[in-house]
Amino acid sequence: MSKGEFIIEAQGVYKSYRMGAAQVQVLKGADIAVKKGEFVAIVGASGSGKSTLLHILGALDRPDKGVVRFEGRDLNGMGGGELNEYRNKMIGFVFQFYHLLDELNVLENVILPAMVPAGIIGWMSKRAGVKKRGLELLKAVGLEERATHKPYQLSGGERQRAAIGRALINEPRLLLADEPTGNLDSATGNGILELLERLNRAGQTIVMVTHDERVAKRAGRIITLADGKIK
Amino acid sequence: MTVMDGLVGDFKRKNHNYTGDCVVGTESLVGFTYYEDFARIAEKADYVEAVTPVIKSYVLVGAESSSRNIGAELTGVDAAGFSRVTGFGRTLHYHKNDPSKAFNIKGDANLPGFVIGVDMWSARNEKGGYYYDPNPAATALSVTCFPLTAKGALAKAGTDMANTKTFYFSDCSQSGLARVDGAIIYLPFDEAQVLCGMNEPAKRASWIHIKFKQGTNIEEGCQKIREMWAKFCDEYKGKDNADLLSQVSVQSWKEHRRESIAGMEKEQAMLMMMFGLVGLTTVFIVYVVFYMIISHKTKDIGILKSIGASCGDVIVLFLGFAAGLGVIGSAVGVAGGMLFLRNINRIEGWLFERFGFQLWDRTIYAIGEIPHRLDLTMLVVVTGCAILACLAGAVLPSVGAARARPADVLQVSQL
Repeated sequence: MSKGEFIIEAQGVYKSYRMGAAQVQVLKGADIAVKKGEFVAIVGASGSGKSTLLHILGALDRPDKGVVRFEGRDLNGMGGGELNEYRNKMIGFVFQFYHLLDELNVLENVILPAMVPAGIIGWMSKRAGVKKRGLELLKAVGLEERATHKPYQLSGGERQRAAIGRALINEPRLLLADEPTGNLDSATGNGILELLERLNRAGQTIVMVTHDERVAKRAGRIITLADGKIK
Repeated sequence: MTVMDGLVGDFKRKNHNYTGDCVVGTESLVGFTYYEDFARIAEKADYVEAVTPVIKSYVLVGAESSSRNIGAELTGVDAAGFSRVTGFGRTLHYHKNDPSKAFNIKGDANLPGFVIGVDMWSARNEKGGYYYDPNPAATALSVTCFPLTAKGALAKAGTDMANTKTFYFSDCSQSGLARVDGAIIYLPFDEAQVLCGMNEPAKRASWIHIKFKQGTNIEEGCQKIREMWAKFCDEYKGKDNADLLSQVSVQSWKEHRRESIAGMEKEQAMLMMMFGLVGLTTVFIVYVVFYMIISHKTKDIGILKSIGASCGDVIVLFLGFAAGLGVIGSAVGVAGGMLFLRNINRIEGWLFERFGFQLWDRTIYAIGEIPHRLDLTMLVVVTGCAILACLAGAVLPSVGAARARPADVLQVSQL
């Protein structure tokens, strides 16, 4: 496989955290490469560093050592502004705990990433188009009737669908999902996985972290993380 | 602040009205010579509107029917001239329309009249007003002064050391300055000059009050008068009693009344300082409030950063919030303040009628209405400061929020 085929790849990634007096080494030279259009599940035991690796791939965190390349570009070489743009346009992040803003309604939460890079005037000019796309996304994730509801008025599954809608608003090339079903019951989680599968079939590249083997099996490829390394 | 500013402004205006624009003279009770010559020269200057000499001394004042005396400040003025230079005419009650006749007694033009500070004549009522008899009696007062020679010695020796003359009530003067209205008796200039022994051998006066033409800068006008005075002194050097000229100074009205004004200005400065401290406290309160708000919003900040918001975006967001709060708070404050200011006298009147409360006891303070003029400059400055205080208080928490790492605040450490 040539290098150009990978949408994202990480090589020799190390990451440690200070926990009290101890320095905990979480990642010990993890390598991963994901092709465009793949649906990859990263599995591993609790504390194996799955989420840490995902956040490093999403530029929410920086590795202590190692290289992360997105479409061949080293994230370490990007400045603050470029990383913000990367997080805004290239990546869509789905969190286990949804992380919706309680003050905003569902539609506002979904279109939020499109608002962030736009100035006031820029936003005025593209607001109508973004809203239209937001409503289309809500329809795609089955929340068209919930657009004006606040997150606390939604069920867990609905919140996660809204979070997926938010992650997709800027048409990112890579969707990163951190335990997207971890906080949901089996049936609801299954619905979310079906949605992810549908997105993948439509061409969306997805990297999903899960500790649940049954969930991981829904992905096209499973990568196991153990002791800070990919097995 | 506006009320205090109004009080100080009002106080300064009253002092300006009382003094004129510029004074040339001496605090010495002896006075100085050749004042008429200098007044004539000054009057010819193109920037001078009017000039008038004034006698200042101390006298004993007593009712003819009583042996008791009280001390008073004597001010000898030419009523017409003094009214042209100062606001004297406007302070009179019975001769407001024709101040040149301020010393004329109704019914007998031959009797020498006096004008007296209103607080010396009648007690102020609780609303700050005075009772004026519509047909005042020509009450007689004996005025006693110890005349001095040009050298400062008592002009009369032996048992008859003082000059005493009887004057008759002609009017009251209400300048609005407590120390003036409570201590001064005005007499005609010539009479005062004789009483003080300043009429011979060389005529003397204590002060020359000058009013500049409209549009003349007072400090520049005073400087020109100083130069004029210096030249005058050179010309009169060596003449009889010309040594008295060396004691004379030229002052602007502010310099002349600085002892009175300084106290008020000090109070104003202290009030400003107090408001400054309140402002600092406000900044601290805003800081604490924003620190708490941001502490509760760490997750939201993490979410915003995870979707590409920059540090600048986060700072702008919170500072915009702070500015919005500042603008809304200021607008509410300005509206409330204006409403209060507009009705301050009505509110005080109501409080006084119901509870006997007055902000300033009118039987003590020479204040009529509480100043309620809106100072737009101050309004703009205070509003601007309030918004800036909000921004200043929000800066540190905002920067702290902007520096938060999404991986930390979104609990990435849940490995």
